[in-house]
Amino acid sequence: MIFTVQHASFEYHRHTPVLKDMNFRVEPGQVLAVLGPNGAGKTTLLKCMMGLLNWKEGQSAIDGTPLPQIHYREIWRKIAYVPQAKNQPFSFTAEEMVVMGRNAHLGLFGQPGAEDYACARRAMEEVGVTHLRDKLCGEMSGGEMQMLLIARALSTQPSMLVLDEPESNLDFRNQLVILSAIERLARERHISCIFNTHYPAHALKIASHALLLTRGGESLFGPVREVVNEENMRGAFDVNVRIDEVWVDRKSYASVLALSVAS
Amino acid sequence: MKLPYTLPSKAILLILPFFTALLCVGIGRYSISIGESFAVLFGVFAGNTESISPQAFSVIFNIRLPRIALAVLCGGGLAVSGTAFQALFTNPLATPDTLGVASGASFGAALALLMGFTALGVQIVALVFGLVAVTLSYSISKIRGKSTIIMVVLSGLVVSSMFNAFVSVIKYVADPENQLPSITYWLMGSFTSVGYQNLAIGAPLILAGVGTIFALRWKLNILSLNEDEARAMGLNVKLMRLSVIVAATLITGSTVAMCGQVGWVGLLIPHTCRMVFGGNNSRLVPSSISLGAVFMMVIDTAARAATAAEIPISILTATIGAPFFILLLRKTGGVWL
Repeated sequence: MIFTVQHASFEYHRHTPVLKDMNFRVEPGQVLAVLGPNGAGKTTLLKCMMGLLNWKEGQSAIDGTPLPQIHYREIWRKIAYVPQAKNQPFSFTAEEMVVMGRNAHLGLFGQPGAEDYACARRAMEEVGVTHLRDKLCGEMSGGEMQMLLIARALSTQPSMLVLDEPESNLDFRNQLVILSAIERLARERHISCIFNTHYPAHALKIASHALLLTRGGESLFGPVREVVNEENMRGAFDVNVRIDEVWVDRKSYASVLALSVAS
Repeated sequence: MKLPYTLPSKAILLILPFFTALLCVGIGRYSISIGESFAVLFGVFAGNTESISPQAFSVIFNIRLPRIALAVLCGGGLAVSGTAFQALFTNPLATPDTLGVASGASFGAALALLMGFTALGVQIVALVFGLVAVTLSYSISKIRGKSTIIMVVLSGLVVSSMFNAFVSVIKYVADPENQLPSITYWLMGSFTSVGYQNLAIGAPLILAGVGTIFALRWKLNILSLNEDEARAMGLNVKLMRLSVIVAATLITGSTVAMCGQVGWVGLLIPHTCRMVFGGNNSRLVPSSISLGAVFMMVIDTAARAATAAEIPISILTATIGAPFFILLLRKTGGVWL
């Protein structure tokens, strides 16, 4: 599936555009990182492009067909959304939570059947949370919950994942776990992934493309190495940064060092 | 106290209401043994009426059976409306009256009693005002075509207290000799004067409401997540919310219209079920219907058989329900919420 956004704009209030003339394209297996300072409209962008909010101009399209022309259940079989793991209800078990991802495949009065539960279990296996099956969501750590939400999205069997700051609020290790899960899904299963992040280093680590937003609603889209560079970071975040490569065991890792606030 | 929701539990939930009904049909000033009740009921449905004593037949079919049917409908209906609203509003404190349907219906009933309507007239006017109150709550909560859950709950609160004030106005102007007592007594809830005629209007509406919520029981899980998340799972949130609200309103409105305000059931039963079977609405909905019906039959039997005079229902639901609920809370620390 090829997902495109063309000439799209959005505003909450008249004449104060949040997003202006957005253009980007995501192909199967590509990972797009959305970067930008607080208040630049990263979450708004995700909501608009999935149709949870309506673009004021322009459109999102799946394989060339504009989103409004596709039945909503059809859209949500292809796109799965992974929200931030906060304010989750307490009283569902992990399995009950994951099987909800099957809803887009069920009818108006549908109930999940044995096949849907099998699908949910496969999704949990895929991200390695099978051991949580009977645990209550309210008793999980942030990392466990985030993995569970990814499992729920996978149980939909989508062509594209949209993740809202999947690794924020997580510790060191869990950040790596989430990032490598995204990378693996894109590479092995050819699921396209779009994720919001606060960390340029994470974009360089797993993304193929990046979309940089600024507070004025401008945006820059391109291959990640071209977008995430010292000059663009200073322009968007007002921070002087140094981007370097660190070699460990003949493998290179991008490092983004924030030096100072630019005046 | 947690129980697995497996075949034995399901069988008990299915059989318990029938067993309770059989037991309750025999209890009262004219006492009938379980065996005889069974023989009468079975005999009638099998078409064999010769061996039945006409007195037992009359007591069972004319007096107790309609009451038991009403208790089943009200208990099961109110409990499942409570369950549905708690999921819909993602709030354990939501009750069937959260959108003001009971207050609206009470006002309608009080108004009809003031005007000297018949029992059937009271029922219809009460139902209409229940629907009016919920429609009002829902339309107040709409801002630029959208209504958030918190706005719906808030406007429900406002509409509810408004109709409560109207009820007070009616009580104030009512004739204190005969109208005021009948309004007050009606508001406390009673199954006394219910006949098949009332049931004929109320039962189909309650059954339709319960059927709708039952069909949507799994969807309630998704509905209890936040709105964007639910929509992103391919759920038509607007349609689902409206269906649940309409269904619960039909149930609660019809219940209040038939037997006045019956408090507590919509809170007590869902939480008891949640504690026993967990938070999955696929289990909560059927178990609430079953245990709500059982609870109400027991309460109503106590109301008519405990003393020579009838005890108003909501006095009993509160005096039996509240301590039981406190016991549950203290024992478990409310971990199931």
